[in-house]
Amino acid sequence: MSAVTYVIYAFLTINIVFNLLGSFSLHRFPDVYTRLHGATKCTTFGTIFAVLAVVVHAAYQLHLTGDPKYLQMALHSLVALIALLLTNPTGAHAIAKAAHLSGYKPAKAVIDAYEDKLRGGAE
Amino acid sequence: MIAPEFFYAAVIVMIGAFLALLRVFFGPSVPDRVVGVDTLNTLIVAGMVLLGAAYDRTIYIDIAIVYALLSYVGTLAIAKYLQGGLE
Repeated sequence: MSAVTYVIYAFLTINIVFNLLGSFSLHRFPDVYTRLHGATKCTTFGTIFAVLAVVVHAAYQLHLTGDPKYLQMALHSLVALIALLLTNPTGAHAIAKAAHLSGYKPAKAVIDAYEDKLRGGAE
Repeated sequence: MIAPEFFYAAVIVMIGAFLALLRVFFGPSVPDRVVGVDTLNTLIVAGMVLLGAAYDRTIYIDIAIVYALLSYVGTLAIAKYLQGGLE
């Protein structure tokens, strides 16, 4: 085993830990907004490291064999990562805004600043 | 199967996707189910990229790109429907 293998194992371990934390946070939080917060942040961070592990693997195989399909694999993985990084936070924002506008209030919340803003109050 | 570590990582990511699917089934409200579907989409993209590396097929990663963009459009459509139209 070379040092690159240990780097790939470390990235895959970070990926597994954070993706499982995101999945468990769907079941351990009380309402929609906290679930959205935990799930979106943890799964985005975990998926970044999954794609980084694939990129390191493909770059190492390209270095070993010189096959251009590994260059294609690394570049397409980076395109998938960029698409996910652009779309995941905006989707979560749209879900949170739609949930608030359709009448689901945060559980146990004392201050709801978005509700005050909708009523035209001070910031 | 070229790289078994990517395959086992994809299996564990799919266990996480199954936990998100439980939230889709048992969610008490509609936004809970939408949050479950959004998490499920992200985990499926991660699993597809890992399987593409495990089986040495680049076409799986291309499908993951298209799945990420289409699931984003679906999430936005559901959110716009939930808040009561375009405003």
